[in-house]
Amino acid sequence: MPDQLLFGMEVVLNGLMAGVLYALVALGFVLIYKASGIFNYAQGVMALFAAMTLVGIMEGNVPFSHLINAVFGTQVHHFGWQVPGIAAVALTMIVMVALAWVVNQLIFRHLVNQAPIILFMATIGLAYFLEGFGDVMWGSDIKKLDVGLPQGLNTVIDDLTYGLFGYGFFIDNLDIVATVVAALLVGSLVVFAQYSKQGRAMRAVADDHQAALSVGVSLNFIWVMVWSLAGFVALVAGIMWGTKSGVQFSLSLIALKALPVLMLGGFTSIPGAIVGGLIIGVGEKLFEFSVGTMVGGATENWFAYVLALIFLVFRPQGLFGEKIIERV
Amino acid sequence: MVPEDTITEDGRKIGGVVMEMKNITLRFGGVVAIKDISFDIRQGEIRAIIGPNGAGKSSMLNVISGFYHPQEGEVWYQGKRRPPMKPFEVAQQGIARTFQNIALFEGMTVLDNVMTGRFRQMKAGLFAQAIWKGSAEAEEMKNREAVEKIIDFLEIQHIRKTPVGRLPYGLKKRVELARALAAEPSILLLDEPMAGMNVEEKEDMSRFILDVNDEFGTTIALIEHDMGVVMDLSDRVVVMDYGRKIGDGTPDEVRTNQDVIDAYLGVAHD
Repeated sequence: MPDQLLFGMEVVLNGLMAGVLYALVALGFVLIYKASGIFNYAQGVMALFAAMTLVGIMEGNVPFSHLINAVFGTQVHHFGWQVPGIAAVALTMIVMVALAWVVNQLIFRHLVNQAPIILFMATIGLAYFLEGFGDVMWGSDIKKLDVGLPQGLNTVIDDLTYGLFGYGFFIDNLDIVATVVAALLVGSLVVFAQYSKQGRAMRAVADDHQAALSVGVSLNFIWVMVWSLAGFVALVAGIMWGTKSGVQFSLSLIALKALPVLMLGGFTSIPGAIVGGLIIGVGEKLFEFSVGTMVGGATENWFAYVLALIFLVFRPQGLFGEKIIERV
Repeated sequence: MVPEDTITEDGRKIGGVVMEMKNITLRFGGVVAIKDISFDIRQGEIRAIIGPNGAGKSSMLNVISGFYHPQEGEVWYQGKRRPPMKPFEVAQQGIARTFQNIALFEGMTVLDNVMTGRFRQMKAGLFAQAIWKGSAEAEEMKNREAVEKIIDFLEIQHIRKTPVGRLPYGLKKRVELARALAAEPSILLLDEPMAGMNVEEKEDMSRFILDVNDEFGTTIALIEHDMGVVMDLSDRVVVMDYGRKIGDGTPDEVRTNQDVIDAYLGVAHD
């Protein structure tokens, strides 16, 4: 097989796996948008906050230690214990559920029936608050996250492809794990939304508040549930991205990469988030590989947005978005 | 004082009082929507609330279903005074309703819409459902069966998988009735079930309401401003005008009530 083609295949594979990571972030947006019509600008910061909390708990750091030390003149930094990965993930999830509850109780419960732009502004406020809050709570230094996920070159694939084609594919173990986790997550979310009582209630609330109330659905409960789910997805995304590139401020910017994914896949579709993520992931890697070299590279920065723009013109509801049915 | 069970002419059994409204007054700012109204609903009957536009009928229904909270008066349900409740809590107590302007989940299929009506009956916890096993699965199956029965009963099998947004008005009304019925309510509230329908659709809807009451023994309270339809359907009628109760009794009694005639036909002011 020609080298060019093999290299192209490797690029596609890597693109697919990068796409899965984009999709993970996009998924958090879709969940909240579906159930409450809120475009949650804070999704990226939630991923950052989740990752920071996870690191903080694992290392046994004292939350708000800088603040405590400054106010009381003490010198506390660590509890002096280490929490194993799994337990820390569970504890972080509890924090994310609590965050969901507080966010709903303090902000969004009071903004029911407000215009979408107001809800959007509220999430911008939430994003900046949460960013600062995370820094105060855990410190703003760059942290290393290692919950024990495999990382580095997958030698099995490398050997296998080398044996077959005489060219070893470089696939990162972490990407493989992320792909599997994302696939499981999406599968279970789709089944949950489609066939369970609470999932149905979630869609019902998204569709019509009054009608949902009339069949006995508590709006508050569903909203807290949805924000918790989004927190869970943020946690998973935070773990994957945090392990890959460290827990730092730029983690919250991955949310911007999710925007073109959403335009492609549709804001209301869970499978759409995945397919959109894959198309963007593969598209930008292939484009960089084939065209990028001719124009001096760095196409990955803008390719996704241009693709999304083209999509907006021809299919504004996205690939899988709900068709806008209007009876006159 | 609970009236004795009575048997209607067509052999249906009407039981004791399930719901009683005592001296309900509802104000919106300075506007009095309902003024000191009392009436009761008995087990198994079809109870109509009629009146001209703006009489406060829908407000009354919204008080019963918890969407509005009256400033004065008491709501008694199944022999107990009901504290102020949110609409979803009222629904969980077994009071189902439909809306004048249809409130369905437009993006969901007919089947899914009716399934949401079973919300109250489904007990499996969040975690059991999240992993979709065991009791949650069995429960889903059982409720699905009940829903299919109702879909058959209301003759909407052919549109089971159709998204509600695509249906014509008359069918939407029927789907909404199906969803309310799926909750196996102890009281079914219908807000203008015949509004905007043609004669044929009205006849169909009347037949379904009668059949539901007859077959399942469901207590029904309905609002309608079409006098003819109401008189044929209901066992007892409350007549409202300008927020007041001006008549209460069997259709025949109400028909001959002078206040009611005045309200509907207008009265000469001289």
